[in-house]
Order: sequence, then structure tokens, then C-alpha cells
Amino acid sequence: MGSLAAVGAGLAVIGAGIGIGNIGMRAMEAIARQPEAVGDIRSNMILMAALVEGAALIAILLSFFVG
Amino acid sequence: MRMHHRLIVFGILSLFVWALQAQIPVEPQGGELLAYVDVQDAHAESAQGPDDNHGEGHDDHSGEYDPTGVAFHHVSDQNIYNIGPWAFPLPCFLYAPGEGWTVMSSSKFDIGHHGIGHKSYNRYVLYEGMVHRVNDSAFPAEAVEVHLSHQNETDEEGKSKQVVYAEHNGQKFVAEPKSTLDGGLLGGGITSFYDFSLTKNVVTMLLMLLLLGWMFIKIAKAYRDREGMAPKGIQSLVEPIFLFIQDEVAKPFLGHKWKKYQPFLMALFFFILALNLFGQIPFFGGSNASGNLSVTMALAIFTFIVVNISGNWHYWQHIIWMPGAPAAIKLLVLTPVEIMGLFIKPLTLMLRLFANITAGHMVILSFIGLIFIFGNSGQNVPGAMVGTAMAVPLTLFMMAIELLVAFVQAFVFTILTASYIGSAIEEHH
Repeated sequence: MGSLAAVGAGLAVIGAGIGIGNIGMRAMEAIARQPEAVGDIRSNMILMAALVEGAALIAILLSFFVG
Repeated sequence: MRMHHRLIVFGILSLFVWALQAQIPVEPQGGELLAYVDVQDAHAESAQGPDDNHGEGHDDHSGEYDPTGVAFHHVSDQNIYNIGPWAFPLPCFLYAPGEGWTVMSSSKFDIGHHGIGHKSYNRYVLYEGMVHRVNDSAFPAEAVEVHLSHQNETDEEGKSKQVVYAEHNGQKFVAEPKSTLDGGLLGGGITSFYDFSLTKNVVTMLLMLLLLGWMFIKIAKAYRDREGMAPKGIQSLVEPIFLFIQDEVAKPFLGHKWKKYQPFLMALFFFILALNLFGQIPFFGGSNASGNLSVTMALAIFTFIVVNISGNWHYWQHIIWMPGAPAAIKLLVLTPVEIMGLFIKPLTLMLRLFANITAGHMVILSFIGLIFIFGNSGQNVPGAMVGTAMAVPLTLFMMAIELLVAFVQAFVFTILTASYIGSAIEEHH
């Protein structure tokens, strides 16, 4: 049933895509509102993206090993 | 914390992981690991040839290139250290209950291609860089010539497993891999021996321990000798990073007790960063140390210990009996969830680092594998050229991302640890 595991991994990536896309969108808006805070916004954006990505990657790796 | 205390922290981290890594492999036994080297065919072919060809025939690549097998093989831990075409044997410490300890260098296995040993030693054999054992007293205990191969078989649950066979005098024996503590999740389990060897990952960690120790001792000495002067040399490299962790991670999260926990956070950050970066170096690195579940688990266990030992009464009260919520909710929902969260938070730390680093390495290995797929394992040179033209830019791009991921994941591990410690030592307000 390898294909079911691949479908699960794909669903996890959808979640990661939506989450990180949202982070990026709000970060862009925040930079547009206050351009001098670019440094702070950028580092926080990368940190949040890493956390969201971590959750998705856990799901992907589990589907790799279990399926 | 003094420099030698820091070294002790690094040393204990490494030794603890050494004991753990022996028991938890990354490479799965399930999935489709196609025949990487179709040694059976090679053996049949060389049986017709002259006898002095016998040794070389085993390493014949008559099988197709298997990207999955190669990728998993390269992100797993091994008992030999491969640098380019050379394989350096590493010390093996093997324990079989009932037989006792076997301490040897893996050069006793007469290592050939792909880390496949041609000789057995005390019923241990080396297949694809990993030590296996024949748990059968019919197999001779002294050093004999063996011919190793593997098959993919389906077990009772329908999962396909890779089984390694050691053939001696025409008789095939099953060679078991080392014991693992994963409870069968990654296809492992308790087998006939425990592997406590100095493997590739352990050597990497010890190397990083020495490197970081040397670097920081030099920096500390420079600060002492150049008191009041501008930083010079390696101080200028490390100072911004150090101050960044101190000002953005330690102080905001830990409050006024930041000095007490700063050495632990620094040790975590620089150790993880060093391991991540070392795994990126082609050929000489190539040891997936932070992409190994046992390494990250040891780091997460350290976080778990530090957080819970430094937890004050308010921390434990909030976990076990949160003030201000109805008793029924607390008993049924809140307390179980909080207690699970106690273990899940370090678990996610462990899995996040492991998944990020391993995923990056596997993508790079897949891109490099494109060269072999297009070149049909060396038979199609223009195809290999096309494969290289595709693979090199992709790999460069992926390695740039991996560089970013190395820093970010070390930072995320550290900042989450700081956040957990901060919530444990928080005063009542």
C-alpha cells in the first residue's frame, strides 16, 4: 500500500503549503505597512516557517517509514 | 560556565548518544529496497570464469541502479567511514547475550565494495557497511570466507523486509542486523546482538566535540588576553552568533536567570549547528549525524531533563492541577493532555531536527542519483552528461537551502528549549 502513504505525504504537504503561504502573506503585508521593521519581520517569518515545516516533515517521514 | 565544564557537557552528550545510537537505526526494513547489487547473478557469471576472478565477481554491478536503496544507505549509520573511494574501518564493540563481547576493528571483515565484507569474524559479517550476525551454531565461529547477498521478503504482516544472507560452503545462513529499540516501527526489534560500536556518527560527533572544544578554548583565551580590545580573528566569527543567541534567545525567554542556562543553550546550538554543517560537506562529511534518530533523541532527552529538573512548583502545578479550571475538565482533559505534552514537546524537537536534516540529504542524494539513472549506471555516457547538467544546478540549489536549514533548525531547537525552560522557571506574577 505504498501509494496510500504517498497520498498521506501529499496531504501533509498541502497543510505545510497553506501554513507557510499564510505566514509569507502576512509577513509581506507587515513589511509593506512598516518597511523599517524588515529585519525583525524576516527573522520571525523564518522561525515560524521552520516550525510549521517541522510538523509537515514529521508527517512526511512517518508516511515514508510506515507505508 | 568554565571552558572545561563546557567540554564535559559536549563529552557527555556524545557518549550518551553513542550508547543510544547503537540501538536505533534510521534505515527502514520495509518499503521497496530493490536489489541494489544483484550479487547472485554476478556469482553465477563468475562461476564460469577462472577461479582467481572469484573475489572480484562478487562486486560486479550487474543490477540496475536503485535510488531508494542508495539514498537510505547513505543516510544510515555505518561501521566503516567512507571517504570517497576509501573505506576506513572503525572499531566495533559487539555484544551477544550468551556469547559475550567482541571487540575488533571492522577491517577484520576484509571490506570490499559498498562496505560488503568478504570474511566473517566470530559469526559477525559486514553487509553494506553495517554489522550483521549469523545466529546459528552451524556457522563457524572462526574467520571464514563468506558471500553476502540480500533478498526482499514479505513477512507475516505483508511488509517487505530486506533479509541478508551469508553463504559459506554452499550453505545459506540468515544474518541478522543489530538490535533496535524502535519496537518494530522502523522494521527493527531485538535481535541476537547489540551493537555498541564506534560508528560513523559517533566518530563525527567526537570530531565535532574536539573541533568545537578547540575553537571555543581559543576564543576564550583570546577574550582573556585581549581584554578591552576589539575582537580579532575567530572571535569576530563567533561573537555575533553568540551574542545573537544570548540577546534574542536566552535573555528574553529566561528572564533574570539567563546566565545559569546559557551554557546549555550555547552547547545545544553550536553542537547541532556543527553536526548539521558537517553532514553537508561532500565526501568527507556525508555522515548524517543530526539526521539520526538516536542523536536527536539524546538531545531531546537532555532538554527534557533540564526542563523538568528546573521546574518550580508553579510549573508542576500548572501541569498536574491547573488552577482556575473546573475540576471535571481538569481530571478528564487538561491533566492527561498536559502530561502528554510533557513528553510530546521533546519528541517534536527530536523529530523536527531529524526530519529536516534527513529530508534534505535524501533530496540531494536523489538529485545525484539522476546522473546514474540517466547514464544507465555508466552505460550511456551522453545520458549521463544530460543527467549531470540537470543534477548539478538542482543540487547546488538544494545545498544552499540545506545551509539555511542547518542554521534555522539549530536555532529553532535552541529557541524552543529556551522557551520550555523559561516556562519551567517562570515566577508567579
